[in-house]
Amino acid sequence: MNQLKNFTKGFIKENPVFALFLGLCPTLGVTTTAINGMGMGLATTFVLLMSNVVVSLIKNFIPDKVRIPSFIVIIASFVTIVELIMQAYLPALFEALGLFIPLIVVNCIVLGRAEAFASKNTLLSSAIDGLGMGLGFTFALTLLGSVREILGSGSIFGLKFIGGEGILIFILSPGAFIALGYLIVIVNKLSKKGA
Amino acid sequence: MSKKESNLKNMFIALLVITFIASASLGGIYELTKEPIAAAKLEKKNSAIRQVIPEFDNSPTDDIYKKAVNGDTLYFYPGTKGGEPVGTAVETFSNLGFSGEIKIMVGFLPDGTINDVAVLEHAETPGLGDKMERKKSDWSLQFQGKNPESFRLSVKKDGGDVDAITASTISSRAFCDAVERAYEAFRSINQNK
Repeated sequence: MNQLKNFTKGFIKENPVFALFLGLCPTLGVTTTAINGMGMGLATTFVLLMSNVVVSLIKNFIPDKVRIPSFIVIIASFVTIVELIMQAYLPALFEALGLFIPLIVVNCIVLGRAEAFASKNTLLSSAIDGLGMGLGFTFALTLLGSVREILGSGSIFGLKFIGGEGILIFILSPGAFIALGYLIVIVNKLSKKGA
Repeated sequence: MSKKESNLKNMFIALLVITFIASASLGGIYELTKEPIAAAKLEKKNSAIRQVIPEFDNSPTDDIYKKAVNGDTLYFYPGTKGGEPVGTAVETFSNLGFSGEIKIMVGFLPDGTINDVAVLEHAETPGLGDKMERKKSDWSLQFQGKNPESFRLSVKKDGGDVDAITASTISSRAFCDAVERAYEAFRSINQNK
């Protein structure tokens, strides 16, 4: 039960985007389409899961004063691995995300979870936390990407269902802020009602 | 196991071990992915070449040659069938784009007519400038079968013959610039022959 809660908290209650407001740079940057948001979210999920696992495994080996550089080296390594693998086997997705993949290194969620959770908890809890947070991030990015793609291009996951041009502003950066703002309002309204 | 104390020796060992393992695993992954990455890039180039010139039976990426025009180096991929030239794919670029460099592949028939064009790389605005991609819109079809001898490669606003993408005159201009650059290089090579 406790582990289940640990897993699900990333979706609404402690959702990195909607509740913690972490990692907004890639959130606003890549979510022009649903598929981009999902790809970015899954790449971040992998990095979060792996870095949480490794940090939790070696937390007693790292002296406190050098923990931040150690975490950053671990995170940066996993990001580079994701980048290379994506470039080799998913070149189309790599092109769409391009610049934002290396930026996962400086995504506050990853370092934040390593520092706040994985360095203090057991291996299993940390893995579940990383997975839950990552999927919560993926969920938020896919949702934001879908909203922007529907309004801006009249399509979803690349499938066009409305002819003609969409509302252009939702594809451009201001639309990212507008759509994110309204999504946060809706999610907060819903989560308050539930509690 | 209790937490290691933050003394110089412990910090030194911890960082050394972590960075060593990190660099070793990165090196390993790099070696593993080096070939698939190169293959993916080559395949992308090949599919663009197949799109822009008529059917060929040689390997244009092996017969590649370079040509410098006005200080820019362009790459040529000649296609032949049974020894006869069927067309040349020219990898060209433009720096006039709305955001960053645009790379396109232009296929010329031996007489200089544009057979087809394909976008290799760009960072134009999604929903606007990215309509230059064939999968996003049919805009680039207008270049097919046009000979730059008589077809002026600039947008109508600038007195040319190209219909610009709606609300993306800058991207369209850059596209024309790249095609024009390819044509000039192509023509200068054929004059020398």
